[in-house]
Parts: sequence; structure tokens; C-alpha cells
Amino acid sequence: MSTPTKEAATLEVTPSAGEIKKAGNKSTILRVLFYLLVAVIIVFNLFPFVWALLSSFRPSSELFSTQLLPKALTLDHYAAVFKDPRFVNSLFNSVFIAGCTVLIALGLGSVCAYALGRLPFRFKGPVLYLVLTMTMFPTISILPGLFVMLRFLYLFNTRQGLILSYLIFTMPFTIWVMTQYFRSLPKELEEAAYVDGASPFKVFWDILLPLTMPGLVSTGLLAFIAAWNEFLFALTFTVTDTMKTVPVVISQFSGATSFEQPWGSIMAGSMVVTIPLVILVMIFQYRIVEGLTAGAVKG
Amino acid sequence: MIKEIDLYARQKRLAWYLITPSVIVVLAIIAYPTIQVLVNSFLKYKLDEGPQGFVGLSNYAFVLSDPDWWSAVSVTLIFTVVSVVLESVLGLVIAMVANSKFKGRTLLRVAILVPWAIPTVVSSQVWRWMVNDIYGVVNIVLTDLHILPQKIAWLATPATALPVIIAVDVWKATPFMALLLLAGLQLIPKDLYEAGSIDGASKVRQFWAITLPLVTPTLLVALIFRTLDALRVFDIFYVMVGGQGNLATMAVYNQQQLISFLDAGVGSATSVIILIIIMLFVILYTRFSRTSFE
Repeated sequence: MSTPTKEAATLEVTPSAGEIKKAGNKSTILRVLFYLLVAVIIVFNLFPFVWALLSSFRPSSELFSTQLLPKALTLDHYAAVFKDPRFVNSLFNSVFIAGCTVLIALGLGSVCAYALGRLPFRFKGPVLYLVLTMTMFPTISILPGLFVMLRFLYLFNTRQGLILSYLIFTMPFTIWVMTQYFRSLPKELEEAAYVDGASPFKVFWDILLPLTMPGLVSTGLLAFIAAWNEFLFALTFTVTDTMKTVPVVISQFSGATSFEQPWGSIMAGSMVVTIPLVILVMIFQYRIVEGLTAGAVKG
Repeated sequence: MIKEIDLYARQKRLAWYLITPSVIVVLAIIAYPTIQVLVNSFLKYKLDEGPQGFVGLSNYAFVLSDPDWWSAVSVTLIFTVVSVVLESVLGLVIAMVANSKFKGRTLLRVAILVPWAIPTVVSSQVWRWMVNDIYGVVNIVLTDLHILPQKIAWLATPATALPVIIAVDVWKATPFMALLLLAGLQLIPKDLYEAGSIDGASKVRQFWAITLPLVTPTLLVALIFRTLDALRVFDIFYVMVGGQGNLATMAVYNQQQLISFLDAGVGSATSVIILIIIMLFVILYTRFSRTSFE
């Protein structure tokens, strides 16, 4: 991204050649310790993931050994998982539910954020305050009320019911983060268009919305991850296997007896759910960090 | 002039049109269930029988006199305090490492995002596998290194299960803490450290005199986020110890009242009590930090 400035910063903090010579051994030891710390952090963060990944490829006979690298690799567990209609079904449910949640939250939330960030509106302060409060609202505290409401609307044990309940945490988050994005855009952009006689909606649609695309992508991604990972609502508001989402099915994987856990399948299923997220994180790491910290640090 | 007033009026009208749908949706899905919870907490309300009428505070009395509830409260509080403290300290260490310039910085940043992105249910299953009593890698490594005399059934008793659960949460949530703190660290002007070096302040002294005071506002915000999350913890406990026995949290207790005992009255009362406890923490934090959210 901004390599030149980063290098300039590096030059500032790097000690001069003379200093390094003087410090000599001490700085070498410090540098070794520093890289050791970096290595510890990386191993600590990645080991469980790597271990699960290796376990998912180990043949059942070898699953109960602790050699770091498996002697043989197999796709048996993945085949088993994809032959399980419960898992495949839940995969579809999760994609559908998280996808619809994100589309609705972004569609409604971003226009609301435009109004809150850019247009004159008398109750702007209170509305923003309310939105921020709601981003931190504990979902457990409305669980019984939501349960009763979904039953009343005949949405209990349906995908629509879950989508509706997922808007509870995705909508306030989307509105809050997108409002920050709209606010950060320079004012001159729309003034020129207004002088040319464009309507406020046209200004939003043709000028501002395309500029907030990066914001929409990172907000959408974070909302998708939140919906994809959600467990409490999915567990509480679904009963039949056909309606369950992936986290619920993974939590309920069990073997022939309660003593015999199908660890290979659990790990394979876990990896199927996790690897797309890890790839997304690698591609969009800057955007994700930006979106995650946008609300918190400025707020 | 007329045109400007006209534009202002049109902008105001558009603002109403754009905000209304979101407000309606949010009110419907957050305000309505909240009111339901408040009302139902005063009713005898079994889900299979429907609302049976007003019973005053007896649902609250039931919860507050239930030893299982108080056990859940203490489990949740211990979990919250220990995990949030550990996450703050480790998060600050990782943030400071990630904030210095070195080769492989990008790898570090990707590595710390991985635990955060993994669904909590998956992390819980992975760790359950790692601490498996017979085949778990943790037991095998620890016995091979003679740190443990024999393999332990980690999740069988609260004394060992709670530390494992806290470890999983620390593993999963420290990245979030580190990222927020990293953003806070990047706001600290570089010349402060230069001035410090010129004045001969050691790195340690610079940390206490510059880094820590200036990162404190970010730390407090991150603490609020993490504390609120930890107080409503559900997934890890539910998956790792099945929510059974003496290791249920407040959220697990609440969900069980609703689903296992089909009691919307007691469940709602529990929800209200949890909300009050969480609000107390928020008040405590805002008092302590004397910052408002505006």
C-alpha cells in the first residue's frame, strides 16, 4: 500500500550504525528474543488450526497417534462428511441464511447510514446513540422474547426466522460502521453535483455509493462472518435437521455410541466451515482490520 | 437562495425516507422482543401451555433462590475476569510486537486473525479434541515431557475444565483485543518516543510513561466490548461441557430454562437479571473511564 511512508518510518526508528556497533551483542540477543516471541505468537495462534487440519486428513487408524506429520493422508473423512445429508443441508442453510442476512442488512443499513452520515436530520444524535447501544446489546437478553415472537409469526424453525433474528446484530453494526464511512468522505464531492442540480438521491446513488464500495465489502464480510458463526439463535430456534445451520450440526456430530466420537468427521466438517473464512481473512485482512476497529477506536 | 432552501427540504425528506425502514425493522426485532421479555417475566408462562396470568415477582424469586443460578453467576464472573485480564495483557503484548517493524509482520497479522475468524463452535470442538483424555495431543505431549504423571480427563471436573475453557476463549478473543490495541498504538505520535529517547528514557520507562497512558482509552473501549461478550458467553461452555453440572454460565442457564424446561416466564426473568448485571458493568466502566460514547 503506502510503502514509501512505511520505509521512512522504519528509518526513523532504526538505530544508527554506530549505535548498533556499540550495543553489539546485546542488540543481537534482543533481536533473537524478539523473533522468538514472534514465533511463539504465530505457533500459539496457528497450532490448533493446523492440528485440526492434519487430523482431518489422517486415516482413522492413525488418528490416535501424535506424530506431527501423518504417515498417510486420506480424504475419507471429507467423503463421509459430504455423504451426510445433514451436513450438506446445513451447509446450504448457512450460506443461504448468512447471504440473505448480509444483503438485507447492507441494503437497508447503508441507505440509513447515508442519511445519518450525510443528510440533515433532527434526531441524528439520539438515533446514532441508540444504534451504538444496540451494537453492544446482549442477544441472550431477548432470547425468550424472540422465541415467543417467532412462534407467533410462524417463523419458528424456519430459515426466514433465523434471517430475521440475525438482523438484530448485523443491522446496528452495519449502520454504525457505514455511517462512519459516509462521514469520512469529503464534502466537495456532493456539492459540485448539487450545483449541477442533481437530486439528493441521485447524489447518493451515483456519487457516494460507488465510493463506499470498500466499506460495503468489509462491513458485509464482517456481517457474513458473524452470521455464519452464530450459534445460540440457530440452536434455540431450529428443531428439525433440515433447518439447522452448520455450527449446530458440527456441535451435534456424534458416533454410533455416545462414547465413540467421530473425531475425523468432526475435524473434516470443521475445516470445510473454516477454510473459506481463513482464505477470506487472508485476502481481505486490511479491510477486516479496518472494519473491526472503525467503530471501536473512533467511538 | 430559494433553490438552497428547496434542496435542504428535499434532503430532509429523503433522510426520513431512508431512515424509516431501518428504524421499523430494528424496532420490530429488538424493541418488541425486549418488551415481550419484560412483560413475560411477570407471567406464569409455560411454552406448551401459553401465558397463564400475572404472578408478580415469583419468577424473579425462583431464579434468585436457585443455587444453580448462583453457581452460573460465579462461573460467569470468574470466567469473565480471568479471561478478560489475560486477553488484555496478551493482546497488548501482541499489539506491541505487531506495531514494530520487522520482516514477517504480515504473516503475524494473518496468523492472529485466524483464531478470530474460526467459528466458536469449531474452535471448541478442535480444543475438545486436543484435550481428549486418551488421544488428545495436550495429554500426550505433557505426559511425554513428564510434566504430567498421567493423562488427565480435562473436561471431566470443573477444576480442570474451567482453565481449558478460559484458554480457548483467550486463544479466540486475544486477536480482537490485539487488533483494537494496535489501532490505538498507531495513533500515538512517533515524536513522543523520539523525545523520550533523547531525554534518555529507557524502553521500559517509555512503556509506562508514554505507551500505557496513551493506549488506555482504547484499552477501556476494548475492555467494555470483551467484558460484555464474556458475560454472555454461551457457545464454548455449551459445546465443551454440554452446559451440564456445575459448569453452566448465565446464558446457558437462561437457554435451559427456555428450551429444557419450556419456561418463558422464568427464562424472561433470567434475561432481565442478566441485562441488569451487564448494565451494571457498563455503568461501572463508564464511571471509571469518565468517557461518554459520543
